[in-house]
Amino acid sequence: MVTSVTSFSRNGVSDWLVQRFSAILLGAYFIGLFGYLVCGAGVDYAAWHALMTSVPMKIINTLVILAIAAHAWVGLWTVTTDYLTRMTFGGAATGVRLAAQALLVLLLAGYVLWGLWMIWGA
Amino acid sequence: MKVSIYRYNPETDREPYMQEYEVDTQGKDLMVLDVLALVKEQDPTLAYRRSCREGVCGSDGMNMNGKNGLACVTALSIVAPGVLEGKKALVIRPLPGLPVIRDLVVDMTMFYNQYEKVQPYLINDTPAPAIERLQSPEEREKLDGLYECILCACCSTSCPSFWWNPEKFLGPAALLQGYRFLADSRDTARDDRLSRLDDPFSLFRCRGIMNCVSVCPKGLNPTRAIGHIRDMLLERAI
Repeated sequence: MVTSVTSFSRNGVSDWLVQRFSAILLGAYFIGLFGYLVCGAGVDYAAWHALMTSVPMKIINTLVILAIAAHAWVGLWTVTTDYLTRMTFGGAATGVRLAAQALLVLLLAGYVLWGLWMIWGA
Repeated sequence: MKVSIYRYNPETDREPYMQEYEVDTQGKDLMVLDVLALVKEQDPTLAYRRSCREGVCGSDGMNMNGKNGLACVTALSIVAPGVLEGKKALVIRPLPGLPVIRDLVVDMTMFYNQYEKVQPYLINDTPAPAIERLQSPEEREKLDGLYECILCACCSTSCPSFWWNPEKFLGPAALLQGYRFLADSRDTARDDRLSRLDDPFSLFRCRGIMNCVSVCPKGLNPTRAIGHIRDMLLERAI
């Protein structure tokens, strides 16, 4: 049976807020980055490197990585609990859903660690 | 005109099938329920629910050419333009997502279970006044667009979130009724009502696709009601 145990916060209000705030953060980030690339005439490797290695940008990038992971988990958890149910998989549904969710958690954790390593690594 | 109707009798049929009928409406733009009555004259084994035949009782909710509605107030020209000219067939199926008892008759238990969960009655723990609990005209006005629901289930059975999780997502009809009592100035159980809705499924499984609004035969807007409840939950949480 589908339950809320594996949801992001086990609370609909919190999950909803996390999804909306992360969406706002991601939207603002990508619009800002796009604006920088379009308007910042002559952006070369040195300027890009300087931007991405500045501490404020590192903090913003960290927040963005975490926002992507949280946003993706709330959304994908919804998808798995909608479609990977008894209706589609019969008695095997719980196993299928658990496997899919475990795979997604591992993938997202991998992306977060990889991202943090890129941002803060040597 | 051609009519194609979903047939299923669990006692005799291994699986559902579509049965074709030829009906003569004498060129009249009848309501779908009238067409079903003509079909029933040809084939008395056809089963469907009906009662008031004027959009009040909500018994004859069904899926007509892909869209849920009440057969008694849905004209052929609206649901299937061109059907009278023989350009297409009228296709009638039971409301989607609910178990079929027979032909167009569905088992509404899941729908009523969700309705029951929102406690669709006034709760007031203060001593009863001598005459009645009064409301100002403004307070009463807040119930407009909510109390008119006839529980035909057209909205909930057109909602994919209700199809996928009918035991956990309350569905638009129950949530509209939930808001009808949350918005009632005489009700004192607001906090308890909201506490029952803040899990990830009961209300938040609504993804706002608004199928419910597009099919409601009474022109109500469950998505807006769900939005109001969400605002109440946010206000309470933050």
